[in-house]
Amino acid sequence: MQQLVYQHTLANGLTVLGEPMPWLESVAFTLMFPGGTAREPADRIGLAGMTLELSQRGSGRWSSREVVEQLDFLGVDRSSSVSSFYTSISMSAMASVLETTFEVAVSMVREPHFPEDELEEVRQSALLELAAIEDDPAQKCFVELKRSRFADPFGRSSLGITSGIESVSHSDCVEFHQRHAQPQGAVLSIAGRFDWQEFLKLVERHLGSWSGISPKELGHVEPHVASVHIPHDSQQTHIALAYDSVPYQHPEYYRGRGIVGILSDGMSSRLFTEVREKRGLVYAISASSHSLKNCGSVLCYAGTTSGRAQETLDVTIETVRSIYGGIEPGELSRLKSRARTALVMEQESSVSRSSQLAYDWVILGRTTSRQEVLQEIEQLSAENLIEHFSKHPPKRWTLVTIGPEPLEFHDAV
Amino acid sequence: MQFKQVTLDNGLEIIAEVNPNAFSQSLGYFVKTGSRDETLDVAGVSHFLEHMLFKGTPRRTSADVNRELDDLGSQSNAFTSEEQTVYYMSVLPENQLPALDLLTDMMRPSLRDEDFQTEKQVILEEIAMYDDQPPYGAMERSMEEFFGDHPLATRVLGTKDSVSALTSEAMREYHSARYAPNNLCLVAAGAVDFDALVMETQSRTKHWKPAQVGRQLRRPVTISKQIQMVHPPATQQYTLEFSPGPGYMDQSRYISRVLATILGDDSGSRLFWELVDKGLADAAVCYTYEFQDCGVFGLYLSGDPEQQQDNWDLIQSIVNDSASAPVSERELELAKNKICAGILLAAERPSNRLFSVGGSWLSRHQYETAAQVSQHYRSVSLDDVQKAFVSLVDRTTVHVSVGPEIAS
Repeated sequence: MQQLVYQHTLANGLTVLGEPMPWLESVAFTLMFPGGTAREPADRIGLAGMTLELSQRGSGRWSSREVVEQLDFLGVDRSSSVSSFYTSISMSAMASVLETTFEVAVSMVREPHFPEDELEEVRQSALLELAAIEDDPAQKCFVELKRSRFADPFGRSSLGITSGIESVSHSDCVEFHQRHAQPQGAVLSIAGRFDWQEFLKLVERHLGSWSGISPKELGHVEPHVASVHIPHDSQQTHIALAYDSVPYQHPEYYRGRGIVGILSDGMSSRLFTEVREKRGLVYAISASSHSLKNCGSVLCYAGTTSGRAQETLDVTIETVRSIYGGIEPGELSRLKSRARTALVMEQESSVSRSSQLAYDWVILGRTTSRQEVLQEIEQLSAENLIEHFSKHPPKRWTLVTIGPEPLEFHDAV
Repeated sequence: MQFKQVTLDNGLEIIAEVNPNAFSQSLGYFVKTGSRDETLDVAGVSHFLEHMLFKGTPRRTSADVNRELDDLGSQSNAFTSEEQTVYYMSVLPENQLPALDLLTDMMRPSLRDEDFQTEKQVILEEIAMYDDQPPYGAMERSMEEFFGDHPLATRVLGTKDSVSALTSEAMREYHSARYAPNNLCLVAAGAVDFDALVMETQSRTKHWKPAQVGRQLRRPVTISKQIQMVHPPATQQYTLEFSPGPGYMDQSRYISRVLATILGDDSGSRLFWELVDKGLADAAVCYTYEFQDCGVFGLYLSGDPEQQQDNWDLIQSIVNDSASAPVSERELELAKNKICAGILLAAERPSNRLFSVGGSWLSRHQYETAAQVSQHYRSVSLDDVQKAFVSLVDRTTVHVSVGPEIAS
């Protein structure tokens, strides 16, 4: 479990984090800057995603096609995404091609061409992507759950909305990028096979002169109680449910997460056992911890044929509340065992370590070590979990259903 | 990295790619059975049986199985395809023995009727879930139409009717016919103690009896056809086209995969630049499916129903344009780099190696390192790919489209 994490702050405010994993051949890095959907103007919802897409259509000394070709040539696996508060770009590759890969990534952030004649193509792609989720009710259910629970601007989807996408202009993208793609509040993390000192030199060379003003802080997120039904001609009813919990930065986060683990981690978890194994009500059932700034929630999903949807919802809620009745020693030991194994196995993936370092930094303002997480896990007991659950009971529920008929749910209204 | 292999007296094969420096090990039983080995009256039994293997044995209840899987801290699951059923776990090396004990015991399930009836509801939910997803329905229909009376036409999940009618007796018969030790392979990857694995497996499976087990192999006879399906709640149009391609016994599969990458990878391919990058389609891709006796070269398009015909015409013009736009050296190089880097990056995790090593052994009785697999792609020549590209012009096609209404 030995672990070394380097940290350095550039003069311009950019935080750089590095975790060497010399036993790997690969290296992965993540660059996150504060350009999320919550920062979009209210009449331009979808701008953050379109800006990210346009920024990748040519940058630095590469044209749009050359960017893709260069990354394919180097064998780089890449992804980019927009969340409520951040835009993030991640790449992973064999260690030997780090330097050029990094140069391409930086060029997207610092020198995007923003080709004006490609804006319409970006817009059409965004509209198609938005339309596509209409045929994926499970995904749509979560988009609508976040929209209802976190409200505007925090509940916006990175897919945007039709009117917002249609209104975005070329200058909107350029300005949004200029305002948010800047070093203050941004973090660059790297994990895998690399030399820290060499990497810092590379970073200084490409990002040392990066400048900009930190965007203003956004307000607090307040969860909203709601019950929404979206009629859909489907065999299944999709149920997405949320209730209050503690966020990632809360001192008792691991207790909250532990309870979610008892409910949903693994095939012996309570939701899987009660809803699927004993009653055969669903194929898919899950719960997960979700943090949006100060606001912690548990998000649940179940999909079931509509005739059994009410029973599924009732059993799901009853199972969540069954935590009040106590936690078995076996449940706790399985939870710990899974957590320990996951901590060991994360050492096999540069990608997961690099993204976790960046995530920890933007939420906590520091990194966490495996040792620290392990200690938190080992300290969990049936007593402190129940005490936590009583102190932070499931409340302020939000329910979204998609299917033929609405369901009854009195707690939500 | 070391490859080890042993065949027990009862025919059970044990193979491992041992990497003493790995943090974990992955362990799985690969069963050479899937939907193509079913008769129509039990369509879906392989997949249903996969669920039932988690429902307990003479030594363990269903809850015991689930608890032990979690006790071991494992990341575990199973899947069923047309040709194989795989049960796997990733655990810390010190848990090799209990993981092996559990997985091995699971291969001899109780198949209790009460569990069978409850699990049937779960399977019917899974079928309903996919029925609500129009591209999945189009995919199942494409398989049925492409393969016709060939066993690969059978749906992996079965149908609502076939699953509803299935009995636990029929499942028991299928299990005893297909889960004979000589039709199974135990595969391990990562930090594995191979000698202990062999010894412990031997003692746990010595009472397993081998059986005559086979598979009907023949090339499908495909007739070109066009099918239009309507799924009124759909908002997008989804079009698939299947044409014959190489199977996994055929060395030309590497050429076919490289060609699919050049023409229709989800980024940087010809279809990507002409359709997706231009905002004309949500997705436009080429892919290959490989089976023991045959294969499929597939095209997939999704997007606005009103633009679908124009987009489809554009795809056809690209795929049939081998004469005026031959594959370039640069395209070939980029495709090879992309494929090979993907193989090498994935190979860092034992959990990924398990499927490569196990899949290759089950299908071809062959072990190759990740570097050796990459070499097959590196060896593909420009001439090979261009020939494969040219041959697409005369392909036989099964075309299935689904959307909110019949396209004009």
